[in-house]
This record gives sequence, structure tokens and C-alpha cells, in this order.
Amino acid sequence: MITDKTDTQGQKGKGGMSQELPAIAASQQRSHRLRGNLAHPELVTVALIILAFIAGSALSPYFLDAAFLFNYTSLYIEVGIMAIGMTFIIISGNIDLSVASMLALVACVAGVLYFDLSIPLGITIVLSLALGTLLGTINGVLVTRLKLPALAVTLATLALYRGAAQVLMGDDSRPKLAWSRDVVFPEWFTGIHRVYITGTPIPVPFVIFLILALILGIVLHKTTFGRWVYAIGTNELAAHYSGIPTERLKIALFALSGLLSGLAGIIMVSRLSVARYDHARGWELDVITAVVLGGTDIFGGRGTMFGTVAAYLLIIILRTGMGVANIKADSQLAVIGSLLIIAILVSNLTGRLRRL
Amino acid sequence: MASTDDTLNSKGNSDLGLKLSRFRELGIIVFLIAVIGVTLIFKPNFLRPINIRSILLWIPLLVIIASGEMMVIITRGIDLSVGSMLAFSGIVVGMIFRDNPGFNIFSGVFLGILIGAGLGAINGLLIAWASIPPIITTLGTLSVYRGFVFIVSGSRQIDPNDVPTALIRWSQRGPFGLQWVPWVVIIAVAIAILAALFLKYTKRGRNIYAIGGNPDAAILRGIPVQSTIFLVYLITGAASGLAGIMYASRFGFVNPGKTGVGFELTVIAAVVIGGTNIFGGSGTVLGVFLGSLLLGTINVALSVLGVASTWQLAVYGFVILLAVTVDAVIQRELQRATTGE
Repeated sequence: MITDKTDTQGQKGKGGMSQELPAIAASQQRSHRLRGNLAHPELVTVALIILAFIAGSALSPYFLDAAFLFNYTSLYIEVGIMAIGMTFIIISGNIDLSVASMLALVACVAGVLYFDLSIPLGITIVLSLALGTLLGTINGVLVTRLKLPALAVTLATLALYRGAAQVLMGDDSRPKLAWSRDVVFPEWFTGIHRVYITGTPIPVPFVIFLILALILGIVLHKTTFGRWVYAIGTNELAAHYSGIPTERLKIALFALSGLLSGLAGIIMVSRLSVARYDHARGWELDVITAVVLGGTDIFGGRGTMFGTVAAYLLIIILRTGMGVANIKADSQLAVIGSLLIIAILVSNLTGRLRRL
Repeated sequence: MASTDDTLNSKGNSDLGLKLSRFRELGIIVFLIAVIGVTLIFKPNFLRPINIRSILLWIPLLVIIASGEMMVIITRGIDLSVGSMLAFSGIVVGMIFRDNPGFNIFSGVFLGILIGAGLGAINGLLIAWASIPPIITTLGTLSVYRGFVFIVSGSRQIDPNDVPTALIRWSQRGPFGLQWVPWVVIIAVAIAILAALFLKYTKRGRNIYAIGGNPDAAILRGIPVQSTIFLVYLITGAASGLAGIMYASRFGFVNPGKTGVGFELTVIAAVVIGGTNIFGGSGTVLGVFLGSLLLGTINVALSVLGVASTWQLAVYGFVILLAVTVDAVIQRELQRATTGE
């Protein structure tokens, strides 16, 4: 499946990204790979953004209201933040299905720490982020030590982590439903999506997302660590023989995914002013959709942070556009799903044409 | 990892593999007995007919879809859209029942299977011929089919009085007045047996294993890879379609926003617990059946023991983790045994 990239890629005649791999690849193959690289699947995403913009503004005059569009980014900001970590994970040839469950568990633990154990909120936030990192590390250790596919491990922890959140909180929430309305999260903490950069309509969560994408984009594209991520996603065995600490690298990537999910959990609690076990249920699929829509190869070895950011913006623009056009949220699902398939079809076709 | 699988296959070390896979099924049975034993200590009347019936009622939906999902996973694929296909078939047939009182039940079931097969065929076309990876295709169609469910039904639920009582009776009564083995369970077991026979004795069935065991060798051997891959998604779709009708029979309603949501993960859990190799190439219907039975038993045991239902998900997660760990250990032993010789 996902782990078996060499086979599947060979079978379908796809090229990986041009990597500084040991000189195993023949020069022919290398030039072939470079040409494949020119296809730039994220360009499809950008083209779709432009199309969506034109369609959106034709559908409704409210669509081009910048403030409106910016506010919409806050609604799914957690998906964007988790997609940044997922980009690393998928490029490395793995997958993390447990992101939304880690978000929920971190949110619930934060609620219990603050309300039931009276730990100051500042410390609670730090502990929560540490918990997210720990949960991700557990995923990474299970994947590397048991040598199991990430799909199976994170499928188990998807249930385990959300299950733990449910055990902790039941059907209640923090603050509890029965409590007096005075017992709430402090005012400075809640409503992060209503805080804007002074003088602009840009909400703070969106800025956090962009800064994270920028920093981690630099890490992915400009550092040795980033090169390693592509290397293990292209050929793990070759990466291992060329001296890359593949196991530690994978654990670090899952830990990063956990940390970002934890941060997304804190932002969600701030946004909704409440912690519940069913926060972001099923969002793992939205996160993967965003990453793959951004041109990242599901078999690993290829993808960009820019693509993920572009795909996230595309989803926001589409959802906003369909919202102002009065298309129900439930029916929007069909559009996002078709888009995912069409985007891959188009990039498959362009890749094939280029190779002719 | 895959390369070691391939060498194993080519060495033809089927004896050892067979022994260990039997051991695998034995492992689930031991675990099943342990769960029942522990529950019996605390609740001696656990195995009352009514509880057995609850456990058995867990099987139909799970076993029918998981048999198809197992074939998909054997070919190194995955189908995430089963819950949405189930809901689509359930809602469309439910609407037909609602708008045409007296509509023949068997025609309804047939239609449900046909609808599911159609959706599965779309998955299969995209995967086998358009070369879109299974996980992406079915992640996409998971949303698309669910969207269709909302659009077709206008977000309206199919209520219990819309479902024919004869259909609901399938989940309440069994043959020969056996109250605690309802018809839906018999149907599911029959389908599981059919699936097992198909995999074991037909050329197509053997090809499914061959493709999963070594895709490159399968092509060289002249196996029709694309049409076989198409077939497994079609079968899974048809199974999900049938399960949609079973859902209406068992629960008496079909809700666009609830029915089958997240069910793909339970199905994959049953397949993985049943010992199907997540790398493809191996898996048995018996294992999947036992895996489903185990999930059902745990669920009923928890409620009988009075453990809050909030524990269910966490226990599931733990059991899946345990199952894949046991598999990993067995595979490592298998590897060690072959390299040691």
C-alpha cells in the first residue's frame, strides 16, 4: 500500500523527485526525473484557485469581500495547521490518521488540567503541547520499533487517543454543562479568531498558520533535515545505507505532527471556548485531502509546503464561494471530493503527456 | 519489507506460513475465549440467548463489508468509501420503500446491491485504469458519495415507519423460530462462505492473492491485473450496498449524517484484527469473521459488565494495536525461521 512505494511507482512508471541520492540512479533516469519534476502538480492547485475565484465572484458580490474571506480561514484553521505536519509525514512515505484524535485528546486534557486540577492556563498550554508531542512520539516509536505500516499504527491510535479523550470527558465538556456560567476559560484565552492584526482584516490564527508554514517550509526545503525527509520518502533503504538516521527521523516527524495537532487543539478550544471529546471528529481525512490536493505524492518523495498552503486556500475559497451561493455544507462534500480526484487525474495526465 | 515477502513467496515456504496463519486464527479464538471467560466471572449469565443475539447482530454489517475490504487489502489497496456507499444504497432504497408502499423487498435488496456495485465500479475504474492510488480515490469518493446521500435525500432521514416491517423482521426472527439467530446473520454467514469459496477455488480468487503477493510477477505471469483489481472494488461496493439494506433492517432508520459515518475504520479494524496482512498478499475470510465476532463480543461484554460506553473506542484502539503487534511478532518469527534454515 503506502509503504510499498518502490513497487507501485515502478509499476505505474512514475518518477520520484530529483534527489541527491547515492549514485544508484543512472543519469538517464535522473534526466527523466527532472522532466517529471517540471510537471509541478501544485500548479494545478493554483490554476484551480484562480478558477474558483472567478466562479465565486460571478456567483455573488459578497464573495470578494476580503474581511469575509479572511474570517472564513478561521473556521478550518486547525485543518491547515495539521496539514503542515502531514506534509512532512506524507513526503516521508508515511501517513498519520490520528491527527484529529490527538487534537481532541490534547483539548480534553487541557480542559481537565485547567478546571479540575486548577493548573494555571499558561502552564496548561505548555503541558498540552508537550502531550501532543508525546502522543506523536508514541506513534513514531510504534511505527519504527514494531516495523509496522504507519496506516495500521495510526488507525489504532486514532481510536485509542479519541477513546482516551472520551473516557476522560464522557459526553460532558469543560467547562461542564452543569456548571455556573461564570466558570469559563479566561477572557484573554478565548476567541482567538476574533483578534485581528491591527488595522487589517487578517485574523491571528491565519497569521499563525502562515508563519508556521513559512518556518517549516524553510526547514523542509532548505535544510539537511528536509532533504532527509525526501530521501526516506523516495527510497528508505537507500537513505538508510547513505547514513541517514531513518528511525530517529521518522520518530521526529511523528512528534512534529503531534505537536502541531496539539497546537491545533489549543486553538480550537480558544475558538470554541469549550473542550469536548468529539472536537474535529473525522477531520483527519480533510487534512490528508488538503495535502494531496497540494500536489504531494501519496507514495512519498515528492511535494511542497507551498502546495499545501495553496490547497488549503483553495478549500477555503471554495467553501466560502459555495457558502455565499447557498450550497449546503453537506453537499459541499461532493465538490471537495471530486476536486481531489480531478486534481490527481489532471496531474497524472500532464505527467503522462510530458513523458511522451 | 515487501522484498522479504516476495522472497518468502518465491521460496514457497507455504508449510510454515500455513502453520503460523492457523496459529493466527487460533490466537483470535484464544482472545475471544479470554474475553468471554473474564466476562463470565463477573456476570455468570453473560451467555444468555439475548446477549448471544446482540453479539450475533454485530456480525452482518461488519462481516459482509469486511469480506470485500479484505480482498481489497490483499491486493495492496484500501477502500475508505464503504460507509458512504452503505449510506447511499440505504437511503435510495429506503426512499423507494417510502414512496412505493408494498415494493417487493427482494427487489429492494437486489437494487441495493446493484447501486453499491455501481459505486464500487466507479472506484474500480479510477483505480485500475486511471491509475489513481486507492487511498486517494476512495478518500475522494468517501466525500462524493456522502455528498450524494445528502443531495438525493434532501437531508431527510428514512424513518422506522418507512422501512417495511417484513424487512425489519429479518433482524428480529430467524429460521425455525430460532429467535436468537436472526435471518440477517444467516445471510451474512452464507456470504462469508461464498467469499471464502471464491477466494479458494476460483481462478479469479487465486489471482487476487497473486497480485497482492507480487504485483510484478503477476503481470509477467499474464494475470489480468487491472480487471481483477476492478473486480475487488466492485465486490466491496456490492457488499456495502447489501449492508445498507441490512442497516435499514437492523436499525429501522437511515440517517444521511449518521449512517455509516466512520464505519470504514471499524471495517478495516475487523480486517486487520482478522490477521489480514496490511502489506497485502494474505488474509482469510475465517480470520475476518473471527475478527468481527471479537469486536462484537467485546462491545456486548463491555455493556453487560456495566463499563460505561465511553470506554468502547479506547478498548477498540487497544485491541487493534494488540492485533497488529502480534502480527508483527509472528512475521518477524516467520522471517527468522526462513533465514535460519
